[in-house]
Amino acid sequence: MIKFGYAPVVSRTLDLDSSDFSLRDELIREVPSYKKCIGCGGCTSTCSAHQHTEFSILRCNMLFRRGKYDVLEKELDKCMLCGKCLLVCPRNVNTRDMIIKMRLLVQHKNKKQ
Amino acid sequence: MEKFDIIIIGGGPAGLNAAMRLSNMNYKTLVLEKEKVIGGKLNQWDKLFPDFTPAIDVLKYLTENIKQENTQISTSTSVTKIDKSDNLWKVTDSNNNEYLADAVLITTGFDVFDARRKEEYGYGIYPCVITSVDLEKMLETGTINFPIETSDRRRRIAFIQCVGSRDEKSGNHFCSRNCCICAVKQAIEVKEVVPDSDVYCFYMDLRMFGQHYEELYRRSQQEFNVNFVRGRVSEIAPTFDNRVVLKAEDTLLSRPVKMTFDLVVLMVGMNPSEGTKTLSSLLDINDEYGYVVSQDEHVADNLTNKAGVFVAGTCKRQLTVPETMKDADSAAIEIANFLNRR
Repeated sequence: MIKFGYAPVVSRTLDLDSSDFSLRDELIREVPSYKKCIGCGGCTSTCSAHQHTEFSILRCNMLFRRGKYDVLEKELDKCMLCGKCLLVCPRNVNTRDMIIKMRLLVQHKNKKQ
Repeated sequence: MEKFDIIIIGGGPAGLNAAMRLSNMNYKTLVLEKEKVIGGKLNQWDKLFPDFTPAIDVLKYLTENIKQENTQISTSTSVTKIDKSDNLWKVTDSNNNEYLADAVLITTGFDVFDARRKEEYGYGIYPCVITSVDLEKMLETGTINFPIETSDRRRRIAFIQCVGSRDEKSGNHFCSRNCCICAVKQAIEVKEVVPDSDVYCFYMDLRMFGQHYEELYRRSQQEFNVNFVRGRVSEIAPTFDNRVVLKAEDTLLSRPVKMTFDLVVLMVGMNPSEGTKTLSSLLDINDEYGYVVSQDEHVADNLTNKAGVFVAGTCKRQLTVPETMKDADSAAIEIANFLNRR
């Protein structure tokens, strides 16, 4: 078959009906402060990884909230766990612990599937 | 020991407004003010949002309308002791004078957050970093003093919101309510004084809750080209030419931003004043911050759990000037009712 380079356009809509929220309660139990994020961007503005890559703690938090674990796993690996973000967060979110626990939960989940 | 109908502790807008109402109802009123002059924070602000009313006009109205023969005002006087004696309240001041009264009204107000506590913003370290109160003093003189001289570039001024508000790191969970709109007002004033400048405002959320606030925010964008960046500033550092560079996240673009400024204005939040903390704990009517707790926020907001002790203004929570004035009005009614029942 001749390929013309056309492909169907995939919708960009975040389909929350297809989201997976099964890890939410577990993360809340492990890192209750995760819920307090107000998306101010303080953490990302001080993050060394964010200065050079697309890695964003704020985005990780939001992806987890929206139940998009498949995209999240690769994102979380970029964090170097330096903890600078901890010093800035006005809501006192335990950001580093949040990343570590998210990694464990998401890796475990994705491995099982 | 002199006896009054009512002792008002604090001679700011709340205290003076209540004194004006009560003295005109012919109650014998004593106002105790810890500073050398009355007026409280009205003395520190040049113009008031959202309509640029000179703060001095409000103060003048209050002082002119207080009924002199019913009012005694004592400045440079703070309260050291307050206790119940029979059916009256006995107030002892810093000069060891004692007064008796049927009722006491607490209007001890707020203090601005000490910006030095947010060390990452460098207040008191870099001369380019000032607070909203410092800026207000400059606006009163009609000139903006930039610490660094220049003639060959446009000036850049930044406003940083939520300094000491909505910040668990400084122990203040609350929103100070006034700073959002105050920054918009000050940004406009800065642009009027220095039209050839770029003004940026860094915010987490903009809360334009009051009447005409949203309109002023719109005007600042439409007529004055004030730029708004959604993101919390994480740190401020000096540059080689003694300006400061500010680091934040542009959360709407998901990218870190940095920008060099000639002047950075920290929008400091509202904390209970020292007098508020002292009195609220003396009377055991304090909350976790030291604010005075009213009996019921909905139906008895000027009463406290101590009979005969009333409260009005920003010693209770963060209020704007008009809200404070109205709160003092309703306190005056409550007090008049209370005194009439005696």
